[in-house]
Amino acid sequence: MKVLVTVKEVAEVEDDFEIEGTEIGSQYLAYDLNEWDDYAVEEAVQIAEAGDDVEVVAVTIGPERSEETIRMALAKGADRAVRVWDEALEGVDLLDVGAKVRLLEAVVAEEDPDLVLSGVQAGDDAFGATGVALADEIGFEWAAVVNQLDLDADGGVAHVHRELEGGVDEVTDVELPAVLTIQTGINEPRYASLRGIRQAQSKEIAPKDLDDLGLSAADVESELELTGMYEPETESDATYFEGSPEEEAGQLADMLRDKGVAE
Amino acid sequence: MTDVLAVSEHRRGDLRDVSYEVVTAGRELADETGGDLHVAVIGGDVDAFAEDLNREGVDQLHTVDHGEEFNHGVYAQAVEQLYDATDAGYVVTPNSVNGLDYAPAVANGLDLPVVTDVIDLDASGDGLVATREMYGSKVETTVELDADRAVVTIRGAEWPPAEGAGDAEVTAFDADIDESAVRSTVTGFEEAGGGDVDISEADVLVSVGRGIEEEENIELVQELADALDATLSSSRPIVDNGWLPKNRQVGQSGKVVTPDVYIAIGISGAVQHVAGMKGSDTIVAINTDPNAPIFDLADYGIVDDLFDVVPALIEEFE
Ligand SMILES: Cc1cc2nc3c(=O)[nH]c(=O)nc-3n(C[C@H](O)[C@H](O)[C@H](O)COP(=O)(O)OP(=O)(O)OC[C@H]3O[C@@H](n4cnc5c(N)ncnc54)[C@H](O)[C@@H]3O)c2cc1C
Repeated sequence: MKVLVTVKEVAEVEDDFEIEGTEIGSQYLAYDLNEWDDYAVEEAVQIAEAGDDVEVVAVTIGPERSEETIRMALAKGADRAVRVWDEALEGVDLLDVGAKVRLLEAVVAEEDPDLVLSGVQAGDDAFGATGVALADEIGFEWAAVVNQLDLDADGGVAHVHRELEGGVDEVTDVELPAVLTIQTGINEPRYASLRGIRQAQSKEIAPKDLDDLGLSAADVESELELTGMYEPETESDATYFEGSPEEEAGQLADMLRDKGVAE
Repeated sequence: MTDVLAVSEHRRGDLRDVSYEVVTAGRELADETGGDLHVAVIGGDVDAFAEDLNREGVDQLHTVDHGEEFNHGVYAQAVEQLYDATDAGYVVTPNSVNGLDYAPAVANGLDLPVVTDVIDLDASGDGLVATREMYGSKVETTVELDADRAVVTIRGAEWPPAEGAGDAEVTAFDADIDESAVRSTVTGFEEAGGGDVDISEADVLVSVGRGIEEEENIELVQELADALDATLSSSRPIVDNGWLPKNRQVGQSGKVVTPDVYIAIGISGAVQHVAGMKGSDTIVAINTDPNAPIFDLADYGIVDDLFDVVPALIEEFE
């Protein structure tokens, strides 16, 4: 069995930052493995550990820099990785869901996985749509926002819980092959061990450009254009307590006492 | 002139609030394009739902009587067929867990762009401009689409619910659902959580987020909660880490709380968290990041390190 995990390196914004056009200056960004993907990787690795002959392949769309992040997935137990990038992607501000699906579809065609796991959303652009759109495109069944997975590979079914709003889970049987988008909390992602990190150095990260995937620049043209980025106008009419921590705590305590909270 | 198809959502016999919000968002879009607003309701007691959804500004209501509960296979097929039958351009759905389980498939199936978690829409120019957030609500972006066809999922509570009785025609739509293409089966529902306390009953909540860094440090906020005779709650990562049980989680997938005082400590104020606590009477935020979105909501703020402020606060009450 083969499990394909989609992973993304996401940018996190520092507390203080400046916007330049429709981008945040790279000096204000820190890169990390997308939080939701970390849980997807863990789920895939646990499937591999529980079964015989399971291969876990991580796939990412990202520039060379993102190899550092992909190594994290390898260090945690993915067997190998595919990194898709192309010059044509460099100038695209916002890669839309359709373009991502066309890229990932080409990778699926090459890898022929039985199960695809992706994170519910990416922490940066927060679209939350790629997994389900991909499933539809490749003719897999799917489930979004999965917080419990019991895989019956022989029976060809994934028993899942989908986490709905308000503390309610939907219990669903999903026919394989399937794409599942993984919610945080489904497992406890492991830290990469030193040994894992060392081993990851020798694992393959296969670079693929559009040519390799049989695609052209037209396939990744985004229908969406990012035209503006700004700091939201603060609606804050908060009263700020200022001074030393003790002074701040004192003022907050007074306020709380006024409200009748404690004495 | 572009028609708009808004799709409602229900669960276990009730329409969800966001169903009335998609009607409002759909009407606004249709006003801007000069088109009609079609509203769809799929599954469950469709006739009763349609009656409820027949609000001011709805031009046509379409009922698809198929199954009791949400199934993405049924929804995707029904919406795609309704899209063709109504000749709509824009499809508007909730950006809910279920919305995210079928809207991207509809977009893919109809070869439409999809824009999710939208907080504002403007179709008064050429095409569509959607406003959405990125980087955990730290920035807002405008996204332009040079076309009058798209699938849009809207964030909850951004549009007011549609009100006033409407006089839309209600039509039963005979969707041709290919059952062999429906390859997942909902077998039930389960309540998560339970446990020792009901945080939605508390008058004062001391709520802790990822800023707390380590499990051992939870003790510190517990001490504060004790000193204030308050109940301890948290954002999601604390529960994901297993540091507090699920019944302590505030938010979209946790509990909705409305205490007199909510003290958010080391919580950024992500939309899914805010969904659970914005109804609190007085909101206090303690956070090192002056740009944290939680401050937009807060009545009182302290921009400082919780590890300095919280001990000082405990001292105040001892
Ligand atoms: C489908 C779905 C459902 C979800 N449901 C929920 C839900 O029900 N509830 C929920 O909470 N989340 C939910 N989330 C997750 C949500 O998107 C956020 O990831 C989460 O709320 C972030 O939690 P946080 O604010 O504690 O952490 P972060 O966003 O990491 O914020 C930590 C904050 O702590 C501050 N900080 C750090 N160190 C200090 C210090 N020393 N002193 C003071 N401040 C400090 C930082 O500045 C930062 O603002 C959901 C997500 C999805 C996709």
